[in-house]
Amino acid sequence: MARTIEREGSVMSVLNLKVNGRSHSVDVDPATPLLYVLSDDLGLHGPKFGCGLGQCGACTVIVGGQAIRSCSTPVSTVAGAEITTLEGLGTIEKPHPLQKAFIEEQAIQCGFCANGVILTAKAFLDRNPKATEEQIRQAMSGVLCRCYTNTRMMAAIQRYAKEVRA
Amino acid sequence: MNRLNTRKGWTPEALAALEKARVSRRDFIKGSGALLVGFSMAGLAGQWLGSPRSAAAQSLAGAGSNQLDSWIAIAADGNVTAYAGKCELGQGIFTAQTQLIAEELTVPFDRVKLFVCDTALTPDQGTTSGAQSHPTNFNQGNLALACATARETLLERASARLGVPGDQLVVSDGVISAKADPSKKVSYGELVGGKPFAIRVNPGAKRKPASEWTVLGKPARRVELPALATASFEHVQNVRVPGMLHGQVVRPPAVGATVVSVDENSVHGLPGVVKVVVKKNFVGVVAEKPWQALQAANKLKVTWTPGVGLPSHGTFYEHLRNQKPTRDTLVVDSKDVEEKLGSSAKVVKATYHYPYQMHGSVGSSCAVADVQAGKATVWSPTQAVYPLKSTLAMVLGMPPENVRVIFRMGSGCYGINGADTVSYDAALLSQAVGKPVRVQLTRKDEMAWENYGFPFVFDQRAGVDADGNIVAWSHESWFASLGSRPGTTTPGNVVTGLLVGFEPAEFKARTPAPDPTEFDNRLSAAPPYVTGCVNGKCEGLGTVASQRVLTHEVRSLFWTGPLRAPSRLQNTFANESFMDEVAAAAQQDPVAFRLRHLRDPRLMEVVKSAAKAANWAARPSPRPGIRRTGVAAGRGVSCVLYGGDNGYVAMIAEVEVNQATGGVAVKRLVLASDCGPISNPDGLRNQMEGAALQGVSRTLLEEVTWDNQKVTSIDWKTYPPLFLGPDVPKIETVLINQPNEQAMGAGETAISVVAAAIANAIFDATGARVRQVPFTPERVKAALSARA
Ligand code: FES
Ligand code: FES
Repeated sequence: MARTIEREGSVMSVLNLKVNGRSHSVDVDPATPLLYVLSDDLGLHGPKFGCGLGQCGACTVIVGGQAIRSCSTPVSTVAGAEITTLEGLGTIEKPHPLQKAFIEEQAIQCGFCANGVILTAKAFLDRNPKATEEQIRQAMSGVLCRCYTNTRMMAAIQRYAKEVRA
Repeated sequence: MNRLNTRKGWTPEALAALEKARVSRRDFIKGSGALLVGFSMAGLAGQWLGSPRSAAAQSLAGAGSNQLDSWIAIAADGNVTAYAGKCELGQGIFTAQTQLIAEELTVPFDRVKLFVCDTALTPDQGTTSGAQSHPTNFNQGNLALACATARETLLERASARLGVPGDQLVVSDGVISAKADPSKKVSYGELVGGKPFAIRVNPGAKRKPASEWTVLGKPARRVELPALATASFEHVQNVRVPGMLHGQVVRPPAVGATVVSVDENSVHGLPGVVKVVVKKNFVGVVAEKPWQALQAANKLKVTWTPGVGLPSHGTFYEHLRNQKPTRDTLVVDSKDVEEKLGSSAKVVKATYHYPYQMHGSVGSSCAVADVQAGKATVWSPTQAVYPLKSTLAMVLGMPPENVRVIFRMGSGCYGINGADTVSYDAALLSQAVGKPVRVQLTRKDEMAWENYGFPFVFDQRAGVDADGNIVAWSHESWFASLGSRPGTTTPGNVVTGLLVGFEPAEFKARTPAPDPTEFDNRLSAAPPYVTGCVNGKCEGLGTVASQRVLTHEVRSLFWTGPLRAPSRLQNTFANESFMDEVAAAAQQDPVAFRLRHLRDPRLMEVVKSAAKAANWAARPSPRPGIRRTGVAAGRGVSCVLYGGDNGYVAMIAEVEVNQATGGVAVKRLVLASDCGPISNPDGLRNQMEGAALQGVSRTLLEEVTWDNQKVTSIDWKTYPPLFLGPDVPKIETVLINQPNEQAMGAGETAISVVAAAIANAIFDATGARVRQVPFTPERVKAALSARA
């Protein structure tokens, strides 16, 4: 539930966000894109500002099982929903199997895109565990990696998909 | 509010120490358990470090340091801390450098802690660019030489301590023992732990021979990768310092527009706004939160003069070719080219065009600056911490010794993206408010004002004799440039520097070109097939003796600067496409025709290896029996010695051309590379794969556009690149290891050959020649209709 207060002409709201299984209350302009709240108010490293236009995927988070672009999602629209960022999958010590697949395949260069690549693949395979290689490629076609680690990234995703199917 | 503390990173205690601004190297080392003494930046900028292999390398190398303690410290527990000035940009050099240190010092990989690119901690190694990190730090100089000196010194001291001759000692895991009596031993920690070496790097120190390597030369996993995959890595975009504010800049609406007035009232009362900052034509806003800063920057009313006006994009290449004044350079001129062309049995001519392209990092550039009380600390993704320190000092008007630049990896840059300019932005805004300020550019500000890759026009002519030998080659090109890396003195080489009043490097017209005094092929302008004879010395790789390579540089409309394989990529597109046209005119197999005109064994070897791996069937192009409709398949070859001395590469591309739509699908790329001794085979493959695919994107899709006032390529819709997903070719790499040769670069070789290999494959498939990048469906269709 949001409590709204007027302050110096701007509308600020105290919103409750559930991120990676933890609750946070944040005091922000409800129109603020979710990305800014995650990376600045909560200090998360996963979601990244790439374009701010919904074009590249760097800011991807999973909300209600869907990969969404947090740069173009007002924070107020996801208050109360379960939000997962790349941090929420696994840790260095205990990586999620998909993260592990990326490490095994050495499928990252600068890693700026990794958040969007991994979360987009995760959300898709969660909902479509039997997806074919072609369908996975299609699902990834809106995500950009300018280091062009594409071949290894697709190999990592396929490796994980195989594990999911098995 | 519940704050997450996620700043784990891969060297936690050290990163924490580093993040405390203005920590001294001495304090920092104390905190990290390593040792520091005698750090000196007063390295002799001289030859003793092992002279770089080319003039290009020299300007990028920095002064280095002649003090061993500047590079290597050994703690009491025997752990090794090393300092280097070549930064990790996603290319894997951090891991390769760690392998090198572990190898030379014979300690396990995980007992080495490496710090890179911090002007308070690491030696000045200039700029991490030009595919020069491998040659600089892995040959007989700099980091490698420091490691070799440390090992020799430790062995000498152990020999004295144990009373055993040096050649009777073995080293294992940082412990030196007598071969004959392993109980006679002493550890590195016991020898120097807690104390400085206090000696100079020894120019004669011997590297471990490659035949003895157990860490270097073997596939090593990237150190940062687990942190990157789990979001515990700290990119510069994630740096947060206490009390930090957020800034946004307001760039001019048109090229050349200047500020008339700024109406600060237009943002008065907007939430969080702290200050509007105007300095000459630099305009920015500082606010408490990033979203507030962005809103305010969008609302701020600035009146600008009209721009200078831009020539039409549609006729740009005519403009480029005819622009005056020019700066002319002859790479080689045998003075008999016209005569030889005149007497040739056949003359082949072709003109090629290459557009402005951008780095287009996925993440827009970002920096955090803390400028207070006459001192500045800047966290920057720059490739050049020391040069940036010096130009930041100019921009801020303070002595360089008061500026510290700390490198933090940003989004992959592939050359000079917005990293340096945003560092100025953050520093200027921080100086204006006296508090730390973070700036991350908008997508548009990144794309509209970055330093693009050079556009080129080429005229090529070759004469062929009756036996099908090339007897003369004339290469003439026109390209545009403005600004570049700021170096140590020229902040005006990037947009923010200009906006606050610094000029870009002066354009020095020169015509006609003076005669060359040596064969300097650092831009790979001369094709590999010429003899490169200048003043009696023939340093080219091929057999064609009648040769002229003439270039004309003009002033660019837009900022330009190094973009992965700068100029070499464009030159190789024109040279290797043209070589194919000549082979076709002589009705010869493109691979055999190349080999016939080469005499450099290493370049010939990569061509042969790629052809073999791709099952190349020898025959002339285009393929026989072409049908003029439907999907046509073909293959093409291309090769180069990158920068004249910095990495051999050859590529075979296989493509399918849809002759109805003009669409080109790249199906397979086979690459062969020889960059001397391989440091990390898997890292090398990763670089080659990425470069190859980035090359496909640049070849098929990328071109900067503009209208009569401004750049119109401002996001991924108006500058569409290759995304993840369907269109990825199979990429195969053949690595040729040369353990006894010099280490060369590998980050930029593969991308250089892509455009020509694809163009040649399209020709092989269809008989149509595409001579303008990018190979859009329209251009391919036009070439198809132009077929005889
Ligand atoms: S930053 Fe959100 S899609 Fe690019
Ligand atoms: S790894 Fe650099 S953008 Fe994907």
